[in-house]
Amino acid sequence: MIWLKRNLPKIVISPSCALLVWFVYGFILWTLYISFTKSKILPNYKFWGIDQYFRLWSMDRWHVSVSNLFIYTSLFLILCILIGIVLAILLDQKIRAEGFLRTIYLYPMALSFIVTGTAWKWILNPTLGIEKFFIDIGFENFTFDWLITPGMSIYTIVIAGVWQSSGFIMAIFLAGLRSVDDEIIKAAKIDGAGVVSIYTKIILPMMRPVFMSAVVILVHLAIKSYDLVIALTSGGPGTSSDMPAVFMTQFAFHRSEIGLASSSAIMMFLTVTAIVIPYLYSELKREDGKK
Amino acid sequence: MKKILIAIYIFLIPSFVSAAPTAEVLHWWTSGGEAKALQVLKDDFAKQGGVWKDMPVAGGGGDAAMQTLKARIVANDAPAAAQIKGPTIQEYDEEGVVSPYNINEVAQKEGWDKLLSSQVANHMKCEDGKSYCAAPVNIHRIDWFWANKKVLDDNGIKMPTSWAEFNAAADKLQAKGIIPLAHGSQPWQDATVFEAVALGVGGNDFYKKAFVDLDLNTLGGSTMVKVFDQMRKLKSYTDQGSPGRDWNVATGMVMEGKAAFQIMGDWAKGEFAAAGMEPGKDYLCSPTPSNSGYLYNVDSFIFYKNAGKDKVEGQKLLASLMMGKNFQKVFNIYKGSIPARLDVSMADFDMCAKKSNSDLKTAGSKGGLLPSFAHGMALRLAQKGAIQDVVTEHFNSNMSSQDAAKKVAAAVKASL
Amino acid sequence: MVKNNLKFEQLETASKKKKIIYRWILFLILGIFALYYITPLYVMIVTSLKSMEEIRTGNLFYLPKTINFDSWLEAWRGQLVNTTSGLKVDAGNVYLKNYFWNSVKMVVPAVAISTILGALNGYALTKWRFKYDNIIFLLFLFGTFIPYQAILLPMARTLGVLGLSNSITGLVVVHVIYGLCFTTLFCRNYYVSISDEIVRAARIDGAGFFKIFFKIMLPISLPILVVTVIWQFTQIWNDFLFGATFSFGEAAPIQVALNNMVLTSTSVKRYNVDMAAAIIAGIPTLIVYVLAGKYFIRGLTAGSVKG
Repeated sequence: MIWLKRNLPKIVISPSCALLVWFVYGFILWTLYISFTKSKILPNYKFWGIDQYFRLWSMDRWHVSVSNLFIYTSLFLILCILIGIVLAILLDQKIRAEGFLRTIYLYPMALSFIVTGTAWKWILNPTLGIEKFFIDIGFENFTFDWLITPGMSIYTIVIAGVWQSSGFIMAIFLAGLRSVDDEIIKAAKIDGAGVVSIYTKIILPMMRPVFMSAVVILVHLAIKSYDLVIALTSGGPGTSSDMPAVFMTQFAFHRSEIGLASSSAIMMFLTVTAIVIPYLYSELKREDGKK
Repeated sequence: MKKILIAIYIFLIPSFVSAAPTAEVLHWWTSGGEAKALQVLKDDFAKQGGVWKDMPVAGGGGDAAMQTLKARIVANDAPAAAQIKGPTIQEYDEEGVVSPYNINEVAQKEGWDKLLSSQVANHMKCEDGKSYCAAPVNIHRIDWFWANKKVLDDNGIKMPTSWAEFNAAADKLQAKGIIPLAHGSQPWQDATVFEAVALGVGGNDFYKKAFVDLDLNTLGGSTMVKVFDQMRKLKSYTDQGSPGRDWNVATGMVMEGKAAFQIMGDWAKGEFAAAGMEPGKDYLCSPTPSNSGYLYNVDSFIFYKNAGKDKVEGQKLLASLMMGKNFQKVFNIYKGSIPARLDVSMADFDMCAKKSNSDLKTAGSKGGLLPSFAHGMALRLAQKGAIQDVVTEHFNSNMSSQDAAKKVAAAVKASL
Repeated sequence: MVKNNLKFEQLETASKKKKIIYRWILFLILGIFALYYITPLYVMIVTSLKSMEEIRTGNLFYLPKTINFDSWLEAWRGQLVNTTSGLKVDAGNVYLKNYFWNSVKMVVPAVAISTILGALNGYALTKWRFKYDNIIFLLFLFGTFIPYQAILLPMARTLGVLGLSNSITGLVVVHVIYGLCFTTLFCRNYYVSISDEIVRAARIDGAGFFKIFFKIMLPISLPILVVTVIWQFTQIWNDFLFGATFSFGEAAPIQVALNNMVLTSTSVKRYNVDMAAAIIAGIPTLIVYVLAGKYFIRGLTAGSVKG
């Protein structure tokens, strides 16, 4: 009985852990195994070797995907967090229209990108949207053709992605800002600190944990970005805005290359792990240290 | 007492009815002319006492549906029928999820070998051509030119009968400020134009050697370079906004006279019809220049391994209905394609469909009847994807034709 | 004295002017951002009110010539056609009404279960420290990075074996599992900042694990529970991938139906209906955001997101 009581927390958390072990880690292991097989249109369980990885890295398209992932994720993270913080600080200034503005910044996340993607595609198309609009009102040499330029199309995806997610980041930063004790700010003001330094030296450093949550959410969204790419550019022009999630889905389900797709999934997973986990681990250790 | 008896009867009836043929059908024809066309099949099936369980998953010509389908097969819960075409049928057969070919019995009884051209029939067979495992519902033609009649008349241009003629006409139009070729540069559209050009510039034999036999020398050879040259020329005739544009927006440009031509399969007819335009009066249709070539795409339904009497009966009924004369006629009038079945009267079809039908027979006799690779008829999806990647890359960059040809050969080799 | 008063007044007006200028700059910046966020919605609404003719020939940003709600009606209940028995819904086309309720049936249990489990997990990980608990938390965090496409096939197999293939129950299970990673993250970060003293005192008084949870933790968890519910609602309601892969036909959730309407392959696209449908499909989430927006901020304000 005492054993039960003492171990209750572990017992409570174990169903979730069990689910995780099977459905997350078990499936990762399954994907890993399949990446060592010759699976084509359906999974094939005969072991083959690491050839899928060689095939993967010999494909130009995969190299484009990987570099796009880095470009996209870093820009996406930086811009969302930057815009999120700026908007949060601005909204924190006790404005009457706060509720209204907050909803405007937040709503993009509520809409499915399958259709908002169409709207963005039209807006970014030179012959239909912004470029045409500016030319019509007189700026004849205005160009904004990133969408159709192979090297620049990935940046249009950044524009749409930031549009969709930065509002949520603003919301969590705004809340973080609001939870800072007014006493601390008052004390700083009495000591003669200006508004800018109050923010940079006192408030923002207290937002470390918010940064952590923001990073986790944004990396998760960046990896998931399949809808965004398909809706805006179909991976084009050509294959210049391809991303690993698109690559994986296409090869698994439309090219009957499940083995190859699995190897790409494992590569994605390893990359994310190598970069994000050390950061998370160090944040957790920090929290423990503070206690 | 009577009431109780009646209640019991009503209770029992469902258990009698559930022996009715049932079919769960996966498809992506979810709106417009396609949905209307499919509704014909659903109604026929219901009239014969069948229970249709609809499984629509739209998206990009079947992309999302493929995910769902594979998930179900892996879960040992394959649908009765799915909208699968081309070599993918045989690919599934190799994995063993199609036998025991429930519909072969029906096919033999109704004599499908005589009702279909041998090429179409071969696409529908599994087990190395021994048993029928899929039913064809139509034949689409890919290599069409669609043109705005007024624009052509105003500029004294006739529908081109050679690529040189087209280039000359295009130059003329460009000088007048009209976009010669309306195009939406998405990978599949680039591939569609590419194969029409390959058929015309390279010839029927070239097409067959390259895209059906996958002869690496042909794929990387000098004729291929010429094909890419013409593609480069076509690119100069498209407008700046073409990347990412949906195919039907491009058709819209032709309808409005902003552009003169579009190269697209015969489903483009639906757009013209929806805008109230008539063939021969408002718009023109003619095959892209080739030597009696005809690139076809056969939509079909594969019938997976399914157990249970009602399911097997459902599959058989469905297959039989799909090959029915009336269905083949009505379905194709809505869909814009022509019947797969050879003995259907073309009287009620429009002029473009009639032309398609007569060309089909001519091309067949001259060896020009060839499966479209861009639309999944000639090649397995891995090879088709590899070629498509290079084609769209070339079209959207400054890649030289020589490099492109080399890359096509290399990509196909790597994907085998 | 008078001089001092004058100077003071001058300073005050000067600083007041500065404040007003700053306010105007503030509004300008906020306004420009608002434009960035609103433009796509504007395009969508305007398009949904036009006729196909207008869309084909007109300009993207122009207001509709006549306001026309037909596409909205059609998106919800389907296209009406004249049949021999009067006006009936055209059975061929997809429309949103039935699938709306499928989504509701799926979202409510999934959100409820994943939130409760997340709260329990967060509580266990922070107030009842045990060996390796940080590592276990990391394992949960790790789960948020898994690309969903990679698990489609094994999940399909597992659901098939469990007999849950093609069912709303199966979808609920999938969403609960992958939502657990996030709900645990949110709740754990919230509970970490709540003082341990209360729990310690209660333990000394003899209270057990669940008693403390229900009597002490839950009552003060309202803010983070609202946050978690909002995130889960959005993610699950907007999900297309799982919905399309693990349920089909009539059991499909609304995003699959929306997709079926919008992404037709080779048939005529009706942009006005598509835009109307997308807005309808997004209304529940929008309502949740608007109403709960206040609670949302207050929820996070109570020290939740901070470590």
